[in-house]
Amino acid sequence: MRPFQYMRPEGLDHAGQLLRDGARPIAGGTNLLDLMKLEVEAPDRLVDINRLPLGGIAPTDDGGVRIGALVTNSACAADLQIRRDYPVLARAILAGATFQLRNMATTGGNLCQRTRCYYFTNIDQPCNKRQPGSGCGAIGGHNRIHAILGASDACIATYPGDMAVALAALHADVEIERPDGTSRTVPVRTFHRLPGDTPDLDNVLEAGEVITAVILPPPAGGTQLYRKVRDRSSYAFALVSVAAVVRMDGDTIGSAALAFGGLAHKPWHDPRVEQLLAGQRPSDALFHQAADLLLEDAEGQGENDFKIPLTRRTLLASLREATGGAA
Amino acid sequence: MTRSLTMDRPDDRNRLDAMAQGVIGQPLDRPDGPAKVTGTARYAAEYQIAGCVEGVLVTATISKGDVTAIDEASVLSMPGVIAVISDERMTARAAQGGAGEAPVQQVRQVQYYGQPIAVVVAETFEQARDAAKHLKVTYRADDAAITDPHSAAAPTETYDEPIEQGDLAQAMAQAAHAVDVTYTTEGHNSAAMEPHASIAQWDGQMLTLHASLQMLAYNQKELADSLDLQPEQVRLVSPYVGGGFGSKLGISPEGVAAAVAAMQLNRPVRVVMLRQQVFQCVMRRSETVQRLRLAADAEGRLTGFGHEARVSNLPEEEFAEPVTQASEFLYPGENRRLAIELARVNLMTAGSVRAPGEAVGMQVLESAMDELANAMGLDPVELRLRNIPDRHPSEGIPYSSRKLAECLKAGADRFGWNGADRRPAQRREGEWWIGTGMANACRVHNINEAQASVTLMADGTAIVASDMTDIGTGTYAILGQIAGEMLGLDPTDVLVQLGDTDLPPGSGSGGSWGAASTGSAVFEACEAIREHLAERLGTTEAELTLKDGFATAGNRRVALPELLAGAEVERTGHFKPGEITEAFAAAMYGAFFAEVAVNAYTGEVRVRRFTGAFSMGRVLNAKTATSQCMGGMVWGIGSALTEGLTFDPRDGHIVNPDLAEYHIPVNLDVPHLDVVLVDERDPAGSPLQAKGVGELGICGAAGAINNAIHHACGVRVRSFPMTPDKLLAELPDP
Repeated sequence: MRPFQYMRPEGLDHAGQLLRDGARPIAGGTNLLDLMKLEVEAPDRLVDINRLPLGGIAPTDDGGVRIGALVTNSACAADLQIRRDYPVLARAILAGATFQLRNMATTGGNLCQRTRCYYFTNIDQPCNKRQPGSGCGAIGGHNRIHAILGASDACIATYPGDMAVALAALHADVEIERPDGTSRTVPVRTFHRLPGDTPDLDNVLEAGEVITAVILPPPAGGTQLYRKVRDRSSYAFALVSVAAVVRMDGDTIGSAALAFGGLAHKPWHDPRVEQLLAGQRPSDALFHQAADLLLEDAEGQGENDFKIPLTRRTLLASLREATGGAA
Repeated sequence: MTRSLTMDRPDDRNRLDAMAQGVIGQPLDRPDGPAKVTGTARYAAEYQIAGCVEGVLVTATISKGDVTAIDEASVLSMPGVIAVISDERMTARAAQGGAGEAPVQQVRQVQYYGQPIAVVVAETFEQARDAAKHLKVTYRADDAAITDPHSAAAPTETYDEPIEQGDLAQAMAQAAHAVDVTYTTEGHNSAAMEPHASIAQWDGQMLTLHASLQMLAYNQKELADSLDLQPEQVRLVSPYVGGGFGSKLGISPEGVAAAVAAMQLNRPVRVVMLRQQVFQCVMRRSETVQRLRLAADAEGRLTGFGHEARVSNLPEEEFAEPVTQASEFLYPGENRRLAIELARVNLMTAGSVRAPGEAVGMQVLESAMDELANAMGLDPVELRLRNIPDRHPSEGIPYSSRKLAECLKAGADRFGWNGADRRPAQRREGEWWIGTGMANACRVHNINEAQASVTLMADGTAIVASDMTDIGTGTYAILGQIAGEMLGLDPTDVLVQLGDTDLPPGSGSGGSWGAASTGSAVFEACEAIREHLAERLGTTEAELTLKDGFATAGNRRVALPELLAGAEVERTGHFKPGEITEAFAAAMYGAFFAEVAVNAYTGEVRVRRFTGAFSMGRVLNAKTATSQCMGGMVWGIGSALTEGLTFDPRDGHIVNPDLAEYHIPVNLDVPHLDVVLVDERDPAGSPLQAKGVGELGICGAAGAINNAIHHACGVRVRSFPMTPDKLLAELPDP
């Protein structure tokens, strides 16, 4: 770990000023501190935002919910309103990490969790995300946990989190404070980026910006589920995960919001798949059609080829469950 | 005074059962437990020593070649940095278990990625770690490195003398039933909770090392040899060890580096391996490729038995994962071929990882046996019962006590085994396929030379002392119980002192030999004290009863302090393995029964029930023995489902060198573990009639899970660990 300056801002605007180049905000620190010990991250300044007034889970005027950026994963998953109205979110959070980590990890920090790519976390290996231009160790290396959708020649890493996958299915927004004191909101579905030629950028946050909250729209109702496939029962990242919010309209699918973890550099969603399912009578044929569309451009790297059939099967399980079973 | 026993023949006297205290075998709490769970037990790195500075190892980033230059100036100006040391005394590898001499020392000749090449010393750990990452090292890389453990290009040699009997090929051709299958297992890391750590202090004459080690008497020689010191100039202190599993059998690079630095700087130096370094440069279990050929007659009796394996290690390392060890004697079959090919690769040292040999050998053998049972349509328990040989199939020697059949029956009974219908994919609960499977357990019994002293104090309490280690196994508890039983004392009146080379040299912990070996040394010392007390009481040892602090003979009953009359009695027991080790095939046995659920969509496996019935000779403490068996079964779950070292084939670096990515089982992966201890005395095992237990619970466990997976869903996975991707390809459509 390299020496760094530790600062505690007086308020949000002050945080924005302190967050200049080479500075990083720290909340729970569950990911950042590990990466600093490995020197994957070497900020020269940590701006501790833990005492800023960014907590609380509160209703919004339009019937949704605002989750403060500093609400811990544990608190969010235990919140009665979240559990009642947004069960996919509670389930996704509880599918991730461990009790101890969830007690520290925050809503805003979790969105910014960095990839688990083996080559990203090893500073002796090439990685375009960690060190732009150094190459990609995972291509041609071990890539069992890597992306099958949206990858580039520069990077095949995946976004590792669970919470954001549920938020993508829920059409949540990320509320961001700019250094000039104004704020903007970005849909979770576009908050994370695809790697392209600039895999060093995980998301659309700009210098000095701080996540202040996640905004959930009014409850979608329907059947909500989160399926996470992993190598061990707990404390393992998703090989593939599916968040589904499915509303039935009689015996047809009213709407199906789907998001996927473990497939790409971001929580993956495909509006074409959602459109295909809407208004249709559930059937295995339909579900396979959805999988065909979802995986149309899927490309394995060898070791992760299995994710393609695994995604199909997990989607099938999810849609059968969410639509009340189909034959 | 020392009383020696070289064990040449069985000890049928069964002395422990003749004692009166009634503590041997009892499920007593371990005396070191409260200190461990309250954090007051001090582990190697936790000693606060004034002036201590911190060292961090620098490891190679090439897989083979030479270090041509180390630019010390590149870090010496960094804050707090004191020195960069790359000394010819430092060690590039850990010593193999029992080596007693320095391991390979040329740190500047790189033989594997992650090899220690230097140590950076600084005022704080963070400074040292930062500097270690920034040290500029120039290499001359040798492109001839072989860094893919499965590479066909690796030079191989036949290890040891293969066992060849009869004509296996003919037996296979003529068999009523036969299987010829090849399985693979991946490398494993011990992943002990406590990383390897040492604090070295040098006073100009004596080196003291607080360390985390399993075999101090050997480690003392290894460290002295590395440093060109006399063994008497080295003191090792290791009273608590946070898990070893073989990875701390030999002196490891951080200890030698700490010592070299302390001697050079004249300051205490602490070196703690980073978790990634524990994975990169301690010891791995070799990956294996194993071919099993089983030929059986119409009734399922084995007529041919073949177990051939390929394992790997670094050049110059003598160790080869002895995967056929239990195969030599567990099953019959007059036509036999057992052989191990050793491939030479540039990957970290392969050495002992919990139950070397049987851990991965038995899981594959027992999977193949299940394939044979299925091919015959025979209950796999019945197949095992029909294949318990009368004599060692190659050497013709008798078995010592062997309660395999009893374990099979006890385990099947406890589990509720139904062997009648073994057709796969018959039971479904929602989206989960449910199946059951079983396997034999078998692990060779080892004993090792050991000394221990027992002092009966004038107040009637006792002190047991040895440099023996307690690596979490319960040594403190059982040595107190042995002495308590023999001397008629409550174990709370017996103080057990371990883990210091100033004490008599014990057996060390490894190969499941600790209890039977150091325990026998304690037993011998106690027998000598009993003779002395009998003399004081004017009777014979055989007539003497010691119980609750009183000595009784005939109608005389005297409290020990009175009998001792102010004197204290110290005796040292010295136990040596003798001809007994050649006279019998001695081993521990058991049987595993597992129920698993396999997700029909995803191939995820959950172990739902797991029963093990084990026989290990006399049980010295039912609680710690049960815990050992449970620990082994957890290892079995990891070996079956999740654990595997992954090397980048391009440079041999480990891509999953931490506990987040190297998946040992977590609580949710482990169901209730049901352990049945089958009562046994093995007079050939030790004077205690005890054998080893530590490693038994892993030996075959993963095979039971493999077999249960097949029964659940019909997929036979011949590649461990059985991760979802490996099942997926063959799972029926959901």
